[in-house]
Amino acid sequence: MVRLEEHKHSTENKAIEKLPLPAKAYIPLSQHLGKISIPEVKAGEGVLTGQRIAGVAGHVSAFIHSSVSGKVAGLEEWPHPILGRCRAIIIENDGQDKSQIPNPRSQIEIDRLTPEQVRNIVFEAGIVGMGGASFPTHIKLNPPKPVDTLVINGAECEPYLTGDYRLMVEKTKEILQGVAIVEKCLGVKNVVIAIEDNKPEAIKAFSQELRAESYELRVLKSLYPQGGEKQLIRNALGKEVPQGKLPFDIGVVVHNVGTVYAIYEAVYLGKPLYERVVTVTGTCLTNPKNLLVRIGTPLKELIAYCGPLKEDPEKIIIGGPMMGMAQYTTDVPVIKSTTGVVLLNKKEALVQEEEFCIRCGACVRACPAGLMPCLINLASEKELWAQAKAYNCLDCIECGLCNYVCPANRILTQSIKRAKQEASK
Amino acid sequence: MPPKDEIKDNRLTVSFSPHLHKDESVSRIMWMVVLSLVPAGIAGVAIFGLNSLWVILLGIISALVTEAALQVATKRKVSISDGSAFLTGLLLAYNLPPDVPFWLPIAGSVFAIAIGKQIFGGLGQNIFNPALVGRAFLMACWPKLMTTFSGPFDAITQATPLAALKEGKLIEHISYLDLFLGKHGGCIGEVSILALLLGALFLFIRGYISWHIPFTFIFTTGLITFIFGGTQPLGAGAGFGGDWLFHILSGGLILGAFFMATDYVTSPLTRKGQIIFGIGCGALTAVIRIWGGYPEGVSYAILMMNAATPIIDRYTKTRVYGA
Repeated sequence: MVRLEEHKHSTENKAIEKLPLPAKAYIPLSQHLGKISIPEVKAGEGVLTGQRIAGVAGHVSAFIHSSVSGKVAGLEEWPHPILGRCRAIIIENDGQDKSQIPNPRSQIEIDRLTPEQVRNIVFEAGIVGMGGASFPTHIKLNPPKPVDTLVINGAECEPYLTGDYRLMVEKTKEILQGVAIVEKCLGVKNVVIAIEDNKPEAIKAFSQELRAESYELRVLKSLYPQGGEKQLIRNALGKEVPQGKLPFDIGVVVHNVGTVYAIYEAVYLGKPLYERVVTVTGTCLTNPKNLLVRIGTPLKELIAYCGPLKEDPEKIIIGGPMMGMAQYTTDVPVIKSTTGVVLLNKKEALVQEEEFCIRCGACVRACPAGLMPCLINLASEKELWAQAKAYNCLDCIECGLCNYVCPANRILTQSIKRAKQEASK
Repeated sequence: MPPKDEIKDNRLTVSFSPHLHKDESVSRIMWMVVLSLVPAGIAGVAIFGLNSLWVILLGIISALVTEAALQVATKRKVSISDGSAFLTGLLLAYNLPPDVPFWLPIAGSVFAIAIGKQIFGGLGQNIFNPALVGRAFLMACWPKLMTTFSGPFDAITQATPLAALKEGKLIEHISYLDLFLGKHGGCIGEVSILALLLGALFLFIRGYISWHIPFTFIFTTGLITFIFGGTQPLGAGAGFGGDWLFHILSGGLILGAFFMATDYVTSPLTRKGQIIFGIGCGALTAVIRIWGGYPEGVSYAILMMNAATPIIDRYTKTRVYGA
């Protein structure tokens, strides 16, 4: 694990602002890990904000809701931040933002909810992991064996991103109400809220609120990738998830603060997941901000709202700079897993030439999974997949740190990702 | 060009994550190591005179020329600006006596770069430390030239302290302070311990080297020479009382431990492996010095441990998370 330059200062003290709704929302049918959703609306049909427009295609899948009110303009192949292109439901905004009758629940009603009912609400609301992995949340609320510990992931270790931080500062109470729902749903004894020490306001807010609760606040050193599920479990709980196992195997479930907030909104306010906080930042922008953005809003609208541009961006990343994806167009929409938009200038985006490995061992010391990335890379280049597997390439969490520290600019992470794919065939 | 509000899609760079990179490069590492060796070179020239400066320059230039020529001949990118060939030439020259004929550093550097490095494929591919390969070659071919040392501040031939010890001569006139400052016969870059430690300190502070190899190397040599290096012949009365400080301050131990054994390319990847490597270097050095045919053992010890590096790497893999 390595301490990275944070680049968070330009947005960390900026309160979340609402981005004006887009004229057209481009809502992709794939916004989660698992099967692509099935559209339930046709062109020309009228929809309300929060109305379900796509249904699930299996257990590991999620519902999708309209993020604006208006008319379905059509279903088209559209740029997608992760898949490149994907079918999307395009909705013309009528500017009314007419919602389905909101269905807030009283505390008494909420207290009476069974775990099954909570999972159902979360499932109906289309909630997925908001930290970036976008695994359907209802599954993580129903672990196949009993768990005793819930870890709330407030690490936000990616440089530049501050959305979770703002949420923790501005929505502390709501997040804790969400935590209580998850706690009850999972039936856990211990709740640990883990926050990195570069988020002083969030730590203050939570320690004030936590006086009344039995939850434990664990302040962790800012190290990348602290927010990786397995790394967080090691650093917050002092135990490791055995190789090839999942956290629930050792009785632990981890949820991101953003996810917990979405659960709060779904349970208390009856609001499905159709908007999220996105950090829009980078040296190219005059006014970097944390924005509350409707799903399906094209990037160009976020960028325009934070402009004018100081310089031409050379690279636009969705997500953080360590694990995020470089985009080829600003037509791509915000989806449920979009944590941030980072604009890098020419100098920052410079791709250095790859040199020979000098065996300095920097990647070996940095790897949070305890791997030897340089050796996996050599095996991968020679397409020796059995050897790559023997070097435990399947344990790579793709955090990008080996690549970050490499003085020879070797494309380690990508070559290990390839080895993972080939070795697991 | 003034920024445009419209971002043209076809202009955007699309590349793999991560999109951030640490501000570090291979060439910067190489040049930093070169920089750290400058004090030792200045000390060497000050002690032995201008001839050693020519030896150093010839060592460097011939290393650069050899590297460039071979890269041109094999149609690869000429990479002499990365500092690695410069460093090899410099280290080779530092390992030579000050008054050698000028063709000797040239022969050494050509061999070091051609056979020690380029034949394996260039930077990062070699098994042995190239400078030490060059030195071993010169020792094998011209042992006399390689073991004739002039004393400090004059050109009168004098044995190195270690050679004197090997021949059973008493070396009472050499104090630890003289050894530390480099006022004795020896190779150009190895004599001034003070200057070498200054450079090593710089590399430590910048994080380019860690304690694992140099400390274990020096400690092991000191320990074994203390136990077995006494003046009594082995057997009756042997053991404990060897002049360990003399051994640490003499010969190429400090130069080798801090600047040659720590070569990334030819030493183990993990800290655990580096400790084993350092102990091996130290033990072999002491064995050669005490029982071997040579007064000095550092270069051969490092070369032998270079050969052991792949197997050390194999048995000192890191612990995988959750394993």
